[in-house]
Amino acid sequence: MDKFNSLKGIAAPLPIVNIDTDMIIPKQFLKTIKRTGLGVSLFYEMRYDSDGNLIKDFVLNTSPFDQSKILVAGDNFGCGSSREHAPWSLKDFGIKCVISTSFADIFYNNCFQNGILPIVVSPEQLDQLMTAATNQIEFSIDLPEQTVKAGNHSINFEIEEFRKDRLLQGLDDIGITLGYKDKISAYEEEKKNKKPWLFKDN
Amino acid sequence: MSNQGPKTLFDKIWSEHLVGQREDGTSLLYIDRHLVHEVTSPQAFEGLKISNRPVHRPEATIAVADHNVPTINRQNIEDPQSKIQVETLAKNTKEHGIQYFDLMDQRQGIVHIIGPEQGITQPGMTIVCGDSHTSTHGAFGALAFGIGTSEVEHVLATQTIVQNPAKNMRISVNGDLPFGVNSKDLILYIIGKIGTAGGTGHVIEYAGSSIMGLSMEGRMTICNMSIEAGARAGLISPDQTTFNYIQGRPYAPGADHWDQAVEYWSSLPSDNDANYDHEIVIDSSEIDPMVTWGTSPEDVVSVKGLVPNPSSAQTENKKKSIERSLEYMGLKPGTKITDIKLDKIFIGSCTNGRIEDLRKVASIVKDKKIASHVQAMIVPGSGLVKKQAEEEGIDIILKDAGFEWREAGCSMCLGMNPDQLKPGERCASTSNRNFEGRQGRGGRTHLMSPELAAASAITGNISDIRDFT
Repeated sequence: MDKFNSLKGIAAPLPIVNIDTDMIIPKQFLKTIKRTGLGVSLFYEMRYDSDGNLIKDFVLNTSPFDQSKILVAGDNFGCGSSREHAPWSLKDFGIKCVISTSFADIFYNNCFQNGILPIVVSPEQLDQLMTAATNQIEFSIDLPEQTVKAGNHSINFEIEEFRKDRLLQGLDDIGITLGYKDKISAYEEEKKNKKPWLFKDN
Repeated sequence: MSNQGPKTLFDKIWSEHLVGQREDGTSLLYIDRHLVHEVTSPQAFEGLKISNRPVHRPEATIAVADHNVPTINRQNIEDPQSKIQVETLAKNTKEHGIQYFDLMDQRQGIVHIIGPEQGITQPGMTIVCGDSHTSTHGAFGALAFGIGTSEVEHVLATQTIVQNPAKNMRISVNGDLPFGVNSKDLILYIIGKIGTAGGTGHVIEYAGSSIMGLSMEGRMTICNMSIEAGARAGLISPDQTTFNYIQGRPYAPGADHWDQAVEYWSSLPSDNDANYDHEIVIDSSEIDPMVTWGTSPEDVVSVKGLVPNPSSAQTENKKKSIERSLEYMGLKPGTKITDIKLDKIFIGSCTNGRIEDLRKVASIVKDKKIASHVQAMIVPGSGLVKKQAEEEGIDIILKDAGFEWREAGCSMCLGMNPDQLKPGERCASTSNRNFEGRQGRGGRTHLMSPELAAASAITGNISDIRDFT
């Protein structure tokens, strides 16, 4: 899995609340059987008109934000479906960090599976960072230190230790769990006796 | 979480499925049943292949294609990408020995309809699926939630998931439901009250006499939309209604284990003095039939209400958000909801595509015709729901009224198949999301109950079932 340590760059401001996964990557792009190639379709309906032409004033279509690795967005980012295509498309576009006041649970989880750092800040901090992003002030994100810096602002953010480690080290989650295979088998043996109807294997 | 003291339903299922702690402090939770569909699984199977890992317990997984499938002429899927996705699922399941209900199988349908229908969904289980509406299965007192594709791969490879416990929220709804108000109105009302992020980080347990008085179908509608309130899972205590629903279904415990299973299931309801992180109590007499006016499921109002005015918003952000929604929806503040004219009606989805929903619609539209300017479509949740409806003559009633009668699938709930709204078209929909572009680019969705959608199909405007005779 991809690692994340630190990041510097311009952040794209997207001051819309409840940005859902249908907005991030509409359904017609979920027909792929690959993880890659979705960046061009990120925020499709906000980025392209119905003829497929770029909508010039959408933030990710304007320079320098079209090169942003960081997104600053309104409350409850990533709500809606479980589609991992949402973080896949962000990643493929080049976005490695999203800052908001809150994230939907499934999207938040999916980010960590793909080397993307979602950062939760307070509403006041989000206002400051949104202004800084709009003014094209360079952001500096440091995961080991858990800080976001932009101009005069320096913000400490919280992150669960295991998630931090996973991003820093780019760990293979399945590989780690398979290390507990004996425990899983022991669990199954115990439940076969206790709840046999669950193992009446189809 | 302590092992001592009173426990919630969630706490009980959690501790029963805890395989152990990993060194990084996370918990490893055992997954009893894994439901798989065509859209969120190909990359997971590909991942297994690349790492040369087998499926740990193929018989605990059931697969079906639902999101992408046409609802007419399905012998041949025209969209080449959809076709590849469906074929990939068939191939992957065959390769790993996973049970797959193919498109010609009568048991095919929306994954969250067929789980309960087949008796796969049972109390006390942990159930996951790469789909956020997996919360539906919580209606049986199963801990069920949606996961991403990387987690689908993790579950296939290990039959476990890495998880930390959620917080407990209880929403109690008490009293007899007023005339014209049903489970869909109840859940829309709840989402309007707590907001789309209100349940984030929580499992919501629904309780109270209004909830426990619902049929299993009604309970599934409630739990289904927990995700629209931000909660990954909803839960309802299993009771005799639950047991009666399950008994005799193909995958239900047989006679040899039935009593033992029921005894276990009966131990699951939350202890009386269990502790909740949040509690909300609602008097059902305050609930009207509800309709969404905006582009988030929290944008709800009574069918007797008006489209809101952005200037009455309490914060600048909320004001902007209402303005954006109204522009997208093509609505003016202060418009009466019942003055909103419709183009399309969609009845179906994992929220309201069950036999009970179809029966209600049929009873309302019987011997009537849909308005001449609307197109109405009804998509049964599964092949078996369709068959049952046809045996009861429901299809004839609906077709006579002017509805199109389709094959089972997710259809226009998300419009991945050809069933989509055109730009600017306005739809009364029994589905679960009214997001921008959800049912088709530029399409405008009003979420509501099957009863309201049926009445609205006849009048051609959003209509209050209580005024409809």
